[in-house]
Amino acid sequence: MRLGVFTSVMVLLLAGATSALAASEDDYKAAYAAAEAANKQAASLRNQWTTTASTLAAAKKFADGGDFEKATASAKEAEALAKASIFQATSEKERWRDLEIR
Amino acid sequence: MKLQTKITLALVAFGLVMLAFAAPAVFAADKVDPVADAKAFKKFFYDKFPKLKPEDFVNGPYSMDADLYKQWQEKEQFPPYEFSLEMGKEMFSKPFKNGKTYGDCFPNKGIGIRQDYPYFDEKEGKVITLELALNRCREANGEPAFSYVRDEMAALTAYMAFTSRGKPFDIKIPNDPRALEAYEKGKEYFYTRRGQLNFSCATCHVQSPGEKVRTEVLAPALGIVNAMPIYRSEWSGMGTTSRRFTTCNSQIRGVPLTPQDDEYRNVEYYLSYVSNGLPISGPGARP
Repeated sequence: MRLGVFTSVMVLLLAGATSALAASEDDYKAAYAAAEAANKQAASLRNQWTTTASTLAAAKKFADGGDFEKATASAKEAEALAKASIFQATSEKERWRDLEIR
Repeated sequence: MKLQTKITLALVAFGLVMLAFAAPAVFAADKVDPVADAKAFKKFFYDKFPKLKPEDFVNGPYSMDADLYKQWQEKEQFPPYEFSLEMGKEMFSKPFKNGKTYGDCFPNKGIGIRQDYPYFDEKEGKVITLELALNRCREANGEPAFSYVRDEMAALTAYMAFTSRGKPFDIKIPNDPRALEAYEKGKEYFYTRRGQLNFSCATCHVQSPGEKVRTEVLAPALGIVNAMPIYRSEWSGMGTTSRRFTTCNSQIRGVPLTPQDDEYRNVEYYLSYVSNGLPISGPGARP
């Protein structure tokens, strides 16, 4: 009996955890929008990365295939890449002088 | 003291602090010194490669590697850019539909003038490259512009470079703050790291000339534009300056800008200026 209750609790917990981790279409849409916004900011700084674009494309492809788990992960990766390119463009506004031949 | 007065005073104080910070930036801009830059630029490369004569730098990787130099001399017997040169010569002399030719758009009918481009147009307040001037010439005569990265533009610039071979780069920076700004922005672009690989133009062409990236020997930045346009074995064809800039960007995983955007025009202005005095050697051939 005890084992039965324990198993049931574990199954319920696992099911709950899985549903909490699994990304939905809404999660994907939010992640994609955030990545696109960051990439737009990188464009305004004239410093987009090709890898941001390819990772965004990969996210869309996963979403088109209904795999929102991978689609959301790719969109989040694209956002991280876009944010790194923004950081690069911003910090280079001063740092480029370190390389200058004087 | 009333709250409003306090806020006003605080804003004034903040403004003064901001001005104090802004002042050094204005001062720095006043200190743009292209002559000193070019001198330091040349000295850096002459010191780094003491065995090379100044004019050797226009031969890019061939001046850095003895084996490549031998291969290049053999290649020059039947240069791979010859077909482009022939095409450019024919295109250059063929009249547009309105009867005019490219020669009508340029000083000295376009012959032997490569060394004067890019120049700063004081009316427009911008840098004008040879590629841009050629397309403007076409459009002014009712012809559609050519792609900046394809064979037609490469052929035209190859012919114009060929008629200017041996003439020293003679890029001028007029006494106009906008020209100095364009030059400085070109310099900034050259040294700014970009792309996921975090490379600047200088990473390859200042820090590592003579070294290899995969199988390629990197060319020095000094004299690098003197050889444009170039036939590249890697491309199996000709490449314009625009093609070189955009592919450099994508190779470091940066999204290229549009050919002839201000950034590219400015960096060509900067690179050409610091190579003043070195001879035009284009069209060139590269591995």
